[in-house]
Amino acid sequence: MVRTGLFALLIIATISVPAFAEPRTSAREFLPPELQAQQADDGANPGMLWVERGEKLWSQPEGSAGKSCVECHGAAQASMRGAASRYPAIDEKTGDLFNIEARINNCRSLHMSAAPLKYESDELLGLTAYVAFQSRGLSFDPKIDGAAAAHFDAGKRFYFERQGQLNVACNQCHDDNVGKRLRGDKISSGLSIGYPVYRLDWQKMGSLHRRLRACSLGVRAEQLDFGSPEYLNLELYLASRNGSAVIETPAVRK
Amino acid sequence: MIERIFGIDRRDILKSAGAIAVAGLVPSSALATPETMTSAIEKALAGKVAKPGRIKLEISPLAENGNSVPLTISVESPMTANDHVKTIYMFAPENPQPDMVRFHLGPRSGRARVQTSVRLATTQRLQAIAVMSDGSAWTDSADVIVTMSACLDAG
Amino acid sequence: MRTARIVMPKSARKGDVIEIKTLVTHPMETGYRRDDMGKAIPRDIIKLLTVTYGGEEIFRMDMFPGTAANPFAAFTTIATETGELVFTWTDDKGEPSVEKVTLTVT
Repeated sequence: MVRTGLFALLIIATISVPAFAEPRTSAREFLPPELQAQQADDGANPGMLWVERGEKLWSQPEGSAGKSCVECHGAAQASMRGAASRYPAIDEKTGDLFNIEARINNCRSLHMSAAPLKYESDELLGLTAYVAFQSRGLSFDPKIDGAAAAHFDAGKRFYFERQGQLNVACNQCHDDNVGKRLRGDKISSGLSIGYPVYRLDWQKMGSLHRRLRACSLGVRAEQLDFGSPEYLNLELYLASRNGSAVIETPAVRK
Repeated sequence: MIERIFGIDRRDILKSAGAIAVAGLVPSSALATPETMTSAIEKALAGKVAKPGRIKLEISPLAENGNSVPLTISVESPMTANDHVKTIYMFAPENPQPDMVRFHLGPRSGRARVQTSVRLATTQRLQAIAVMSDGSAWTDSADVIVTMSACLDAG
Repeated sequence: MRTARIVMPKSARKGDVIEIKTLVTHPMETGYRRDDMGKAIPRDIIKLLTVTYGGEEIFRMDMFPGTAANPFAAFTTIATETGELVFTWTDDKGEPSVEKVTLTVT
């Protein structure tokens, strides 16, 4: 009986069936009700503290040019609506792939003569969260053709490549085993819709790259630098892979 | 979903979980003893005995991450100048310090209903105590199982 | 530099019971954790939140290491008259963070 079962499983496994259904499940749905409620309540969601921080920084003059974001961009509610949906994106001037963090620092140095903000600083987390928050409810739609194509392909290859001492690839968990348990947690679809995210394990807000470093650690692979080209390329693939799932920033996760 | 681990039913493992300490959060030597909890409660009540009733502690029976567990405490009280809740205590016997948080209310509160998020070191029975303006004390308890997240080193 | 967030109605009718939700950034370091070298990380928490309304205290919350990081508190108060609510968070060092919100009562 077991043999027949295994044989049937082999047959099913060889048939090419997509391992997911659109839209992919947000990890929010795997949260217990009290944490879902915490995310949904803007008065209780701790991530909103960083959104507020970003809101203050938006109007704060910085750098030797004495300018603030609001002087060029006006009210973020209007100018930044839909911005996060397009990222990561190729910067026309440099040809580099920028995520929101890189775009913020590029703006600061070019237009404000202000020093770049460090990854995981409350200031950069705040501004990134504030910008992404303006696109809450919208889905991602980054360009993956033209100059972005090479980055998208590299990110996709990274996603499907076995890594680390555990020798697993992202897709093996986040495509093939979504919803199954890994100790006390359910394996998520690996969406990047809630970033920067308030993660209970960090007891503060953190960036997507911090989470990717934790993923690398999880499979005992080398943790790459914040803003590394590999993580940026992966970020583009993930943004495109989010499909119709909508931005939840600031999300609450465990 | 894994229903049986080493032949033992998963639900039974959770039921007899006992102390599953959140890794790295608390050294076992720092866990409170029942004596520290009792003395903390005695100090708070100053000789009064807390009766079950009037106060309600709402918290999920399963906390999937002990770092931040939301809870709501409400007390039946008219909250008038002559009859109101003075203090609400939250005790966690298995935390290094059983005293987790205290709320001080009064006739201007309108309602006796408060919310916060607490840290739970491990599976335990929490106790909420309300001390009223007339000196009476009321209590409610809740059992909470605390599980670990998937990655011990969250990075 | 702490960020504090207060979510409450800006106006209310006299006698209404309004709900106030507060958040403030703080790691609430318990004092029980050790760093990678095994050295104890000293305790550093917010120990007190007081709220006054029109100069009178309407809410007080004692916090301990058992209070979760970036402490959240929700409570209620009766809208009595137009006035200023002052929220003061005090940490172990005694340093206060203060936020003020005006409530208009009709």
